[in-house]
Amino acid sequence: MSVLVYTESEEGKFKKTAYEVASYARGIADMLGTTVTAVTINAEETSSLGAYGVNKVLHVKNEKLKQFSASAYASTLEMAAKQEDAKVVVLSSSANARYLAPLLAVALEAGYASNVVALPTSQEPFKVKRTAFTNKAFSHTEITTPVKIISLGKNAFGLKEAETEVQEEDFSPELPENAFNVAVQSVDKAKDKVSIADAEIVVSAGRGLKGPENWEMIEEMADILGAAMACSKPVSDLGWRPHGEHVGQTGKPVAANLYIAVGISGAIQHLAGINSSKTKLVINNDPEAPFFKAADYGIVGDAFEIIPRLNEKLKAFKEQNS
Amino acid sequence: MKILVCISHVPDTTSKINFTENDTQFDTNGVQFVINPNDEFGLTRAMWFKEKQNATIDIINVGGPETEPTLRKALAIGADSAIRINTPAVDGFQVAKELSHVIKNGNYDLIIAGRESIDYNGAMVPGMLASLIGANFVNTCIGLEVEGDTATAVREIDGGKETVTTSLPLVIGGQKGIVEESDLRIPNMRGIMMARKKPLNVVEPQGASAETKVESFDKPAPKGPTKMVDADNLDELIDLLHNEAKAI
Repeated sequence: MSVLVYTESEEGKFKKTAYEVASYARGIADMLGTTVTAVTINAEETSSLGAYGVNKVLHVKNEKLKQFSASAYASTLEMAAKQEDAKVVVLSSSANARYLAPLLAVALEAGYASNVVALPTSQEPFKVKRTAFTNKAFSHTEITTPVKIISLGKNAFGLKEAETEVQEEDFSPELPENAFNVAVQSVDKAKDKVSIADAEIVVSAGRGLKGPENWEMIEEMADILGAAMACSKPVSDLGWRPHGEHVGQTGKPVAANLYIAVGISGAIQHLAGINSSKTKLVINNDPEAPFFKAADYGIVGDAFEIIPRLNEKLKAFKEQNS
Repeated sequence: MKILVCISHVPDTTSKINFTENDTQFDTNGVQFVINPNDEFGLTRAMWFKEKQNATIDIINVGGPETEPTLRKALAIGADSAIRINTPAVDGFQVAKELSHVIKNGNYDLIIAGRESIDYNGAMVPGMLASLIGANFVNTCIGLEVEGDTATAVREIDGGKETVTTSLPLVIGGQKGIVEESDLRIPNMRGIMMARKKPLNVVEPQGASAETKVESFDKPAPKGPTKMVDADNLDELIDLLHNEAKAI
């Protein structure tokens, strides 16, 4: 028996979420008095997982799995879960993890809880706390099946170091023929930009910026802070920014350490999408903007006057503190 | 092409979220229910296939009679017929299992569901359904074309998008982008009148089990007061972000 964790990598390197889900899996394993087995797919170096409590790594090296395939990855995890007699499987909330998790749940006949934000509050029955109503509430949910699948909300648990000796094992499951029925033709990914999913800081702007030509100062702020770019719904509807940057109930949820909103009034749907962010800074020239009520810090004023000055100060701060 | 669109009946996006019965039930008092926005994008894409490629559209929902106004709205938008599986939706697994029983006999080429519903945000029904009926599956779909038996889909990934090809039958987890917000249809009077005459078939459930159970709900703790910083004192803001919030 073990807790199985899927530790995602990109171009051979672990993503930060891999260590976060490993930390979380360690927490569950301690509760259950068992070990943590990580499944890695084409990761170059796996010993770093030992710092986060992983006991054993099942290392899959397979050229056919270089491109993500939900079905093939779900089959791989299914076979690993069966080999390890896993009682709990932990995944991240990345787009790919949430793509494959329901497939894995059916294969393992396992109850699945997504957006989980804390360690189980009880082992028997097995109860977890997850977000619901797009972060407007929490649901305390019992998973009733023998095998449980959890996808951990982003930034929900943090990294917890727990030095462990890692045992490595090559793992080469035979994949079913139909595992590659969905074929990737092309990937269009901005390599030099931080994605909302991975970002610690998100800089977001709304209609208050008056037009797409005024985003340069927001991009500059994102560059200085190493932040991801985001926007409000009207902005993506108007085509000023791509859909992928739309944050809110029908867009992306953001659970960043710092969310900076410039010229966004704070519609209820937008606030639902950013509720899980730790610190919120709002800059808006309307002192009545509802976003100020949801913010930790606020500045009332003209973004076109404030942002360039703030960028200069942030640049100086970064130079001093780098 | 025969298309099925899965429709969730969810609280309007602006709804205040409250709970009753010792925080175990969602308080529907004064709440307006709508088609789940992610499903509505998918329904609109299905309408495009109907108009351009002569597809037929059925819609389906797992829920009690209270969901019928939402199904009628989807019929008014242009779906041809509706199926309601007469049981409350308890969890995503139960919903997917109930849907799969009905869908197995339907010979659908394309099944469109929203990537997640905006109430419980489980994000599991489309994938589970695809697995249960043995269909291919593309999630977070922001573009879709079908030619013969081949589908080309664009999928949102973290930090970008990817284009995939696959074959029918296919299940899609759709979202904003599969059509634009401006393309969403508002039912007109003729559509509403026609929807009254369109078939809405009620089928009895198979009694599929749920694999999760909601014990209770609660809401995030109220936050403290907002610290307002003078626009002329940005040094103070940086100090607060660095030393107090430890965010930069």
